[in-house]
Amino acid sequence: MTKQTDVVAAPAPADVVAAVHKQLGERVTVDDGGALVVGPSNLIDVVRALRDDHGLDYLANLTAVDWLDRFEVVYHLCSSAGGAPIVLKTTTDRANPRVPSLFGIYPGADFQEREVYDMFGIRFAGHPNLKRILMWEGFAGWPLRKDWREAYFEQEHKPLTSRWPDGQFFFGEDKLTDWGSNTKLPPAYTGAEIGRPKPQEGQYVVDIDALRRGTSFGSDRLVVNMGPQHPSTHGVFQMRLVLDGETVVDLEPVMGYMHRNHEKIGERNLWLGNMPFTDRLDYIAQLGSEWGYALCVERMMGLEVPERAEYIRVIMAELNRIQSHFWSIGFLLNDLGAFFTPSLYAIEEREIVLDLFEMATGSRLMCNYMRFGGVAYDLPDAFMPLVNVLVNERMERAIDEIDAYLTNNEIVMERMKGVGVLTPELAIAYSTSGPVLRGSGVAYDVRRADPYGIYDRFDWNVVTANEGDVYARYAVRIGEMRESLKILRQALPQMPAGEILGGKKAWQVRVPAGEHYARVENPRGELGYYCVSDGKANPYRYHVRSPCFVNLTSLAEMCKGYKVADVVAILGSIDIVLGEVDR
Amino acid sequence: MGYGMGVLKGMGITFRHMIETYTIGFKLQPSAAGDLPAPTGVAGGMPTVTGGMQTIQYPEEKLPVPERFRYLPFLLYDEEQGHERAHFDGVRCTACGICAKVCPPQCIWIVQGKGDDGKPRPVCTEFYIDSSICMSCGFCAEYCPFDAIKMDHEFELSSYERHESWVYDLQELLHPVAYHAAIHPTDYAREVEETRAKDEAKRTRDAAKAAAAVAAGGDPVADAAAAEEAKRLKMEARERMLAAKKAKEQGGG
Repeated sequence: MTKQTDVVAAPAPADVVAAVHKQLGERVTVDDGGALVVGPSNLIDVVRALRDDHGLDYLANLTAVDWLDRFEVVYHLCSSAGGAPIVLKTTTDRANPRVPSLFGIYPGADFQEREVYDMFGIRFAGHPNLKRILMWEGFAGWPLRKDWREAYFEQEHKPLTSRWPDGQFFFGEDKLTDWGSNTKLPPAYTGAEIGRPKPQEGQYVVDIDALRRGTSFGSDRLVVNMGPQHPSTHGVFQMRLVLDGETVVDLEPVMGYMHRNHEKIGERNLWLGNMPFTDRLDYIAQLGSEWGYALCVERMMGLEVPERAEYIRVIMAELNRIQSHFWSIGFLLNDLGAFFTPSLYAIEEREIVLDLFEMATGSRLMCNYMRFGGVAYDLPDAFMPLVNVLVNERMERAIDEIDAYLTNNEIVMERMKGVGVLTPELAIAYSTSGPVLRGSGVAYDVRRADPYGIYDRFDWNVVTANEGDVYARYAVRIGEMRESLKILRQALPQMPAGEILGGKKAWQVRVPAGEHYARVENPRGELGYYCVSDGKANPYRYHVRSPCFVNLTSLAEMCKGYKVADVVAILGSIDIVLGEVDR
Repeated sequence: MGYGMGVLKGMGITFRHMIETYTIGFKLQPSAAGDLPAPTGVAGGMPTVTGGMQTIQYPEEKLPVPERFRYLPFLLYDEEQGHERAHFDGVRCTACGICAKVCPPQCIWIVQGKGDDGKPRPVCTEFYIDSSICMSCGFCAEYCPFDAIKMDHEFELSSYERHESWVYDLQELLHPVAYHAAIHPTDYAREVEETRAKDEAKRTRDAAKAAAAVAAGGDPVADAAAAEEAKRLKMEARERMLAAKKAKEQGGG
């Protein structure tokens, strides 16, 4: 079923940049940071050349930076064969921001461009469905622009001066600043539209009249809103389905119900202050989220991480991966209708892992354990014996049991095999990552493709499966748990003694001006952090490339042609965590 | 595999789990009185490691929480100085403000004490934590240079009102050092050891300095008397400040 593949090394980004520069001449320039800079008018040609001639077939990340006098749209492109991403930038003026859409080249740009439009107001010419994605449709304002103020806005950056030395307590709601509750509506918006949406250009993908066309009775197709309150959606998430009988003709994910403007909060926080917030992204895989952010800032600061801290990070992240996959398999079975028996067997081991997290970090989910240059505290004495028992005895048994229980079960196979098929080409084009990508036969794992930490020291394999269906994703997760166990078994005996934090323990860090995109392989896929520093105490730009959010881009493609009941299984196989989707 | 075998296998596993609850689970079950199989220092008792089926009669009995468990900060005061909690003496906080600055959601408010001369003093006169904002990240405790703020183990904080009662003031936040020592034994032992090492280093340094002063022809006894006098003056100033504050409070209240 699953095969194990090694990824070949790809050329270094600097070589790619040089080659591109040579090929495209004056249409691109290279900036100080080694990024390719291209004008919006040349963007499409350049990106097409990058994809077709230089093997950069995977759009890892797409975001924008507000430089007050201009917007800079930043693309991180890499090859599905591996290698560090190259950075491509284009700028547009702030008064009428407009950039050509990459939708035609990378369909994976779909949601990411919509997010940039939603947050910055940059219009992507040629995008087929450019509308707000995280904010509600009647919202006025562009929340990630530097001049936007949130409700109860108090001060530009933390620490807020009202807290010390004369910090008389007040409730934020009682002390309204000039910004007040800052609820503004677009000029023509009356609120009457809520509940009775009036289709307007580009606003709804479902055209009610078009649904009737092509059907003989004019009554065949049906629009069904699945969610936002639906047990299969793993949170507050909605799918707008267009059905022909029971077959899905089209699907549109509707999200943002838990949007809290994580990135804006991050730009107000001190660098260190973002660490506990990263736990609140993917709360099933919290330590991986922390690692990604720590990695990004460490690389910008040039911090060395001591050996012991690297081992602790690997151990924590792999335990995290195993428990997260247990969770996702258990709840995939819940979605298939096996009500709670498999999921409770699956999360039995997860509870122990969480107990271990609580013991080492102080919290089961909101660990806040990683620091720039290492980890916060050393492992307690009781940790190692327990984790050894868990890794060497219990985990394997639990995975075997799940495997024996489910893998060859005919109901599981009937429901999962051949459902939600995503071909390798589409999986790459849609920028999917994690088990979704590897389930389509693409051996792309950030731990191998763009190594970080000390993963290159261990003997492990990238697990893939070729079918690209729900079953393949399930099988990849089972295989990955075994690979994680393999890593843990190598890492635990090697664990060195020594320091756990490189550099001085400090609550204020100086991050040199610059930018970096760091990514880690979280259980759900490529989790990236794009940070821009202007040398001050707070990040100038803080962007999270959320694997769940980007993986959802391919949901419609996977669901078309299948039945409504399969949609539940397919969504379960992507394994979304809404805390990360909505940010 | 023949059709139906997977289902039978699954049923078999479920059945085995059910049998195991009787053969293994109930055998290892702790007594109803709640004496868990003594997993001291182990996270939450970790019943799945020790085995057996366990029902904890919450809220009558509670699982022990690991030492590092953190939920809302509290402030420490030293009892041995013999001061009452109503006064601010013994409170370790020096109002340096690091916790308020490092706090990611900015839930800490501190008023720094001022002397009669209007100059700031290393004492906090007011300290608020809004528990509805606090995300229990533990940064305040981690970065406090005076071991004055620590994370609590108390997690049952429901109240009938969700405004004023969720804002803790100084009086509600203060706990004796003994409480900290009881819930964080390892951490406390480390702090005591660190303080001792620091004191020792200081004594060695002072002795060396005194020896150097003697060698240079100074009078160590006079120096010591002068230092004592300075300390006394400082204490008096502090007492005056507190008295003034108290008077103001009574006047205002």
